[in-house]
Amino acid sequence: MGQNLFANYGEAVSAILFCIGFTNLLLQTNLIKKIIGLNIMDSAIYLFLAEKGYIAGRVAPIVVDNVTSTKAYINPIPSGLVLTGIVVSVSVTALMLSLTIRLYTRYHTLDLDEISTQLKREGK
Amino acid sequence: MSRKKTAEEYQKTFAFRFFRWLSGEKDPYIGKVEMQPQKEYQPDQEAALRHEKEHDAIMDKVYDTEHNKWLYRFHRLYQATSILFCLFLIALLLVTISYLPPNGTVTRPVNNEVAERYIEKGLEETGAVNIVAGMILDYRAFDTLGESHVLFVATITVLILLRLNKTEKDEAEVSDRRFEPKNDAILQLVATFLVPVIIIFGIYIILNGHLGPGGGFSGGAVIGAGLVLYLNAFGFKKTERFFTEKTYKWVCFFSLSFYCLAKSYSFYTGANKLHSVIPKGTPGAILSSGLILPLNIAVGLVVACTIYAFYAMFRKGGF
Repeated sequence: MGQNLFANYGEAVSAILFCIGFTNLLLQTNLIKKIIGLNIMDSAIYLFLAEKGYIAGRVAPIVVDNVTSTKAYINPIPSGLVLTGIVVSVSVTALMLSLTIRLYTRYHTLDLDEISTQLKREGK
Repeated sequence: MSRKKTAEEYQKTFAFRFFRWLSGEKDPYIGKVEMQPQKEYQPDQEAALRHEKEHDAIMDKVYDTEHNKWLYRFHRLYQATSILFCLFLIALLLVTISYLPPNGTVTRPVNNEVAERYIEKGLEETGAVNIVAGMILDYRAFDTLGESHVLFVATITVLILLRLNKTEKDEAEVSDRRFEPKNDAILQLVATFLVPVIIIFGIYIILNGHLGPGGGFSGGAVIGAGLVLYLNAFGFKKTERFFTEKTYKWVCFFSLSFYCLAKSYSFYTGANKLHSVIPKGTPGAILSSGLILPLNIAVGLVVACTIYAFYAMFRKGGF
């Protein structure tokens, strides 16, 4: 065990959040709750990236008074990567929700076990 | 000079047989292969019934979820294993994190020469005061183009999955009228005040993307939220006056192709060390930083349309 667990508390919280989302994916049978679990995992990733870019005592990378020294601003790259993550997560969530709507109109249930039982009863 | 053949002579030639076969007048197998007329299929009803009964019996026994002991045990085991696995994963990640360099220090490997270069040269090379905007719309513009296309493709996929045919569309309209709030006085009054403010705020965020926090994605999301509020308060009849599937198609088409062409030009001139005609402007002014402002507007339009389209499709299956 290293010494930096308490210094890295933000990352620790993001790891725990990630695992909570993953447990949701494994244990919930309701499709909507599974999607919520995946969104919790996404949020954990954003938190992790934001923590990566942070440097203590520095400000957001918006140039004030033409100061362009690297000592003044935090790392801008993780902020850009969070943006990519958010866009992809929005698209994936919309896609999964629309698939859920299709499944519901076909099987009239959101329970994944129920759906697979119905499928096997039909002999597919 | 060709000789004329008589009909009898012609019938013996290969060409005659070939063309007859080609036009289907003659079946080459008739008279040469032994054939029997097909028997009519007669289902054996007793066997079919027996088979069905056996199948049902097996299915009832296997999928009797309440009385199947093994299924119950499997569920318990599955739950216990997944909780144990997740606890193990948490422990593993926490141990890993405890070995990472401490948070907030400059010596972390993330803070390498790439980030330094963006901060030191960003203002000079892109002209954007907001270094993140300069990064994602200038140095890494290709990435952002991909993101806008991800949104566009997601909308198309949702449209394919939720599309309704003509009769279903009429039904959806009827049920939309029945289940959704209509002529809600409080909502309409609040929306009259809020929608213009929200949309103006979104435009402000987009136009100030290179000067402060914000940009195409966040501003587009705000405008999309304003449009969704307007739709909720006043219904599809009002929004369809200015926003239909056609509007979506053309706005996205023009925004994405403008983005593509503008960035192609700047990549071409940059890679070949040619002089670019796009002025950088003075940093801090609203009309500055070259292509970043138009690209922000293009991205914002795509995002706003996408947010509204998602909502309209989830509510009614079309817009």
